[in-house]
Amino acid sequence: MIEFDRVTVTYDGATEPALRDVSFSIPEGELALVIGRTGSGKSTLLRTINGLVPHFTGGTLAGRVLVNGRDTREYRPRDLADVVGIVGQDPMSGFVTDTVEDELAYSMESLGVPPDMMRRRVEETLDLLGLADVRDRALTSLSGGQRQRTAIGSALTSHPAVLVLDEPTSALDPQAAEEVLAALQRLVHDLGVTVVMAEHRLERVIQYADRVIEVPGGSAAVSTGLPVDQMVTAPVAPPVVELGRLAGWSPLPLSVRDARRAAVALRTRLTDLAPPRPVAVEGRELAQCKDLVVAYGNTPALRGVSLSIRSGEVVALMGRNGAGKSTLLNALVGLVQPRSGSATAAGADPRRTRPSQLVKSVGLVPQEPADLLYAATVADECAGADSDFRVAPGSCRALLDRLAPGLDDQMHPRDLSEGQRLCLALSVVLCGAPPLLLLDEPTRGLDYGAKRRLVEILRELAQAGHAVVLSTHDVEMVAEVATRVLVLAEGELVSDGETATVIAGSPAFAPQVAKILAPLPFLTVGEVATALERAS
Amino acid sequence: MRAVHHLTLPRALHPGAWWLWALGLAVAASRTRNPVLLILILVIAGFVVAARRSDAPWANSYVAFLKLGLVVIAVRVVLQALLSTRSQGNVVLFTLPQLPLPDWANGVKLGGEVTAEAVLTALYDGGQLAVMLCCIGAANALASPRRLLKSLPGALYEMGVACVVALTFAPQLVTDGRRIRAARRLRGRTRGSFRTTAMPVLEGALDRSVELAAAMDSRGYGRTAHIPRRQRRITGGSVLLGLLGIALGVYSLLTDAMAFPVAAGALAVGLLLAVGAMAIGHRRVTRTRYRPDPWALPEWLVTASGALAAAVMIIAAARHVEGLVLAGPLVVPPVPVLPVIGLLLGLAPAVAAPPLTRRRELVPA
Repeated sequence: MIEFDRVTVTYDGATEPALRDVSFSIPEGELALVIGRTGSGKSTLLRTINGLVPHFTGGTLAGRVLVNGRDTREYRPRDLADVVGIVGQDPMSGFVTDTVEDELAYSMESLGVPPDMMRRRVEETLDLLGLADVRDRALTSLSGGQRQRTAIGSALTSHPAVLVLDEPTSALDPQAAEEVLAALQRLVHDLGVTVVMAEHRLERVIQYADRVIEVPGGSAAVSTGLPVDQMVTAPVAPPVVELGRLAGWSPLPLSVRDARRAAVALRTRLTDLAPPRPVAVEGRELAQCKDLVVAYGNTPALRGVSLSIRSGEVVALMGRNGAGKSTLLNALVGLVQPRSGSATAAGADPRRTRPSQLVKSVGLVPQEPADLLYAATVADECAGADSDFRVAPGSCRALLDRLAPGLDDQMHPRDLSEGQRLCLALSVVLCGAPPLLLLDEPTRGLDYGAKRRLVEILRELAQAGHAVVLSTHDVEMVAEVATRVLVLAEGELVSDGETATVIAGSPAFAPQVAKILAPLPFLTVGEVATALERAS
Repeated sequence: MRAVHHLTLPRALHPGAWWLWALGLAVAASRTRNPVLLILILVIAGFVVAARRSDAPWANSYVAFLKLGLVVIAVRVVLQALLSTRSQGNVVLFTLPQLPLPDWANGVKLGGEVTAEAVLTALYDGGQLAVMLCCIGAANALASPRRLLKSLPGALYEMGVACVVALTFAPQLVTDGRRIRAARRLRGRTRGSFRTTAMPVLEGALDRSVELAAAMDSRGYGRTAHIPRRQRRITGGSVLLGLLGIALGVYSLLTDAMAFPVAAGALAVGLLLAVGAMAIGHRRVTRTRYRPDPWALPEWLVTASGALAAAVMIIAAARHVEGLVLAGPLVVPPVPVLPVIGLLLGLAPAVAAPPLTRRRELVPA
C-alpha cells in the first residue's frame, strides 16, 4: 500500500537531511506505528506519505514514495486526498468548518462525491466513531476526545485506503484515548484501512501495532520490524516492555494481559518485597486554596476547592479534560479571578503581587508553552530568561542541555518540534527555581528520554525543598514522580492522597506495572528493580 | 406536498431567505422618519426573532444590535444638542454654556441654546439608522453570516471559504492576545512591547493559517476542472462588474442619487452579468454540496413578506402618501393606515418559517 524507496528529505536551508535513505513498505490493512525521539523526523515521515512534504513544505525529496500505486512526486496532496486521510497533531487547527456534520462532509465536498452518497457516509461515520450525539454541535464546544474523533472521521468519510495520524492520543485523558484507539481498532479490523500513526505514548498503542517503524533521527538508519522484535532493542519503550526486559521474559509481552500471564512467577518472588512507602512530607506551606470558586461566565470551573501544598511535595493533578486542572493552576498564579474563596501562593494573594515579585515565589509553564517564548532564537530566549529571573548567565541553557541536549542555538523557537519547544519553556521557568513550580501538561509530545530527565529534575527540586504541582494525564509519569495525587472532577476535588493509594486502585489511572503486579503495591519498573536487587 | 414545503415541519430556514426578509424591512425603514412606523418595524423584527431564533451563540445578536442602535441615537442627539442653531426651530429647551470659537469657525457654534426641534430631528434621524441596524441584527440572529456564505454559488466558493476562515480567526486572535498577555506575568514582566505581545499573536496566527492550509490541501481543497485561463479571467471580471452594477443600482434606488430608470437599469444589467458569469464559472467547480439548504415554499413566503413590506413603503414614498415624513419635528406623529398594514406583512415569518428542530439534549463532554 505504501512504499518508501530510498527516500531522503532535506528542507530548504537545512544542512542535514531530516530523513536519510528511508526504505520500507507497509502492506494493506496494517497498523504501523512510527516511534522515535522528540524531533527525530516522525512528522516529516508522516507528511511525505500524502505529499505535503515536499509539495507544501518545500525542500527536496530524493527517492520515491508510492501510495496505492501513485507517486507523490507527480500527485499533489489534494490529488491524493481520495487515497490518504491525514490527521494533524492539533485537530482544532485543521478544522475548516464549524460543526461536526459539516466537518465530516468537507473532504467529500471537495472531492465531488454525489450528495446522496455523502449523506450516507456521514451517517455511517457518525455511528462508527460514536459521534451521533454531537452531530450538530459546534466544534469548539467538543471535548478533546470528541474533537480527535471528529478529525479522524473527517479524514475517513472520503474512504481513503490510508489513514495517517500524528500523535492522536497525546493530548487526551486516558478515557478519551481509549475511545480514539477503539475507533482506530475498528477501522483496521473491520474496514481494512491501513493506519500509520506516530505516538510517544507507547504504553497506550504498542499492543495494537502490526509493525513498528523506528526513526532514530540524525544519521542512523530507519528500521522496521514486528513490534516484539523492535521492542527488544528500542531505546523508547513502555513500562510493560521494560518490566519484561528486566524479568527476562521471552517473547516480550506488549499488553498488560500478556504480561500478567507471564508475571505469575515474578509476583510470588516479589510478595514480601513491597517497596518502602515514602513518609509524608512535612514541609512549610507554600500554597493554599480555601473554598476556591472560579467561573467563566455561567460555567463553573472550580466549585469550592480547598487544599494546601507543602515544600518537598510533588503533587499530580489529574482528571478529565475540562475538569478544572488548568484553572486551579492559573488561580495559583493569579491569572484568573476567584469568584469567592481564596488562593494564596507563598502567603500572598497572587493577584495583588507585582509580576516581578511573583515569579520569585511561583512559576508556571502554561499549556501552550510557546506563549512564554518571545525571542527569535533559542540563544536569545535563554539569555532573556537569565536576565528576567536574575540568575547567572548560562543557567537556562544548562537546564535546556539537560532536558533536550544538542538544540541548535540559532533555531527559531517556532521551528522546534512540539516536545523541544516544551523543553525550552520548561528550562525558562525552571531557571528561576521558584519555590512553587506549576506545570500544566508538561509531558505532551515528550519522548521517554525527555520524560526521564524531567523526572530527575523534578525530584531534585523536591529534595531541595521546592514544591511541584503538575497537571497531567500521564499515569506513568505520575507513578514515577508524584508523592501525592489530587483528582478533580467537574470542578470538585474528589480524591486527595498518597500516589499509591489513589492511582493503584483506579482502573483508569493505574499505571501498567500496578496492573501487571496487582495486588502487589508496585507502581514503577524502578521499584521492581530495587526490590529484586535487595532480594538477591 | 414535498416535506420541504411544509410550514410546520421543523427545519432551519434557508439563511438567504432570512437576509432578504431583513433587508426588505431595512429598505422599508429607509423610506420613513415617522417614529411610529420605525418603532413598528423594530417590534416586527424583534417579534420574529423571538419566535424563530435558535439557541446558537449568534442568536443573541439582535439585542447587541439594539444596544448599538441606542448608542447611535445617543451620539446623534448629543452632537445635535451641542451644535444646534435656531435654524430648525425656536422652542428653546435649555441653554448650555457656549464655547467661544475663533473667527475662522464662523457659523459653527458649540453649546448655547438647545432647541426641541433640533433634538427631536436628531432623535428621529438616529432612530431610522438604529432601526436599519436592528434589521441587520435580526438577520444575524436568525441566520449566521457563516451559514449564508455556505450557500454562495459555486463560482464564489473560494471567496466564501476565505471569509469563513477570517470569521474563525478574528475571535481566535483576541483569545490568543489575552492568553499571551497573561503569560507575560509568568516571565515577571509588567509592561509589554510590540515584540512580546503582537509578535507572538501574529506568529501564532501565521502558524495556524499554515496548518489550516496544509489540512485543506490534504483534504482536496482546490481540485478544479481544467478551464483555460482566459475564460477564467473573463468570468471573474464579469462577476466583479455585475456585483458593482448591483451595488450601484441598490444604492441609488435607496438614496435617490440617480433617476429611477437609470438605477433600475444598472441593477438589472448588474444582476444579468453576475448571474451569467456565475453560471459559467460554476462549470469549473467539481465540488458537490452536503445537505444544501432547500429553497421551498417557506423561503418564498418569508422573502415575499420582506419584499412586500419594502414595496408598500417604496410606493407610498413615491406617491407622497401622508404620514411617512413628518410635517415638522414638533407635530404628534400620525399613524398612516396603509403603510402600517404593509409593514404588518413583515410579521409573516413568525408563522411562515418552519419552527426549529429541538436541540438534542446536550451530552456533557
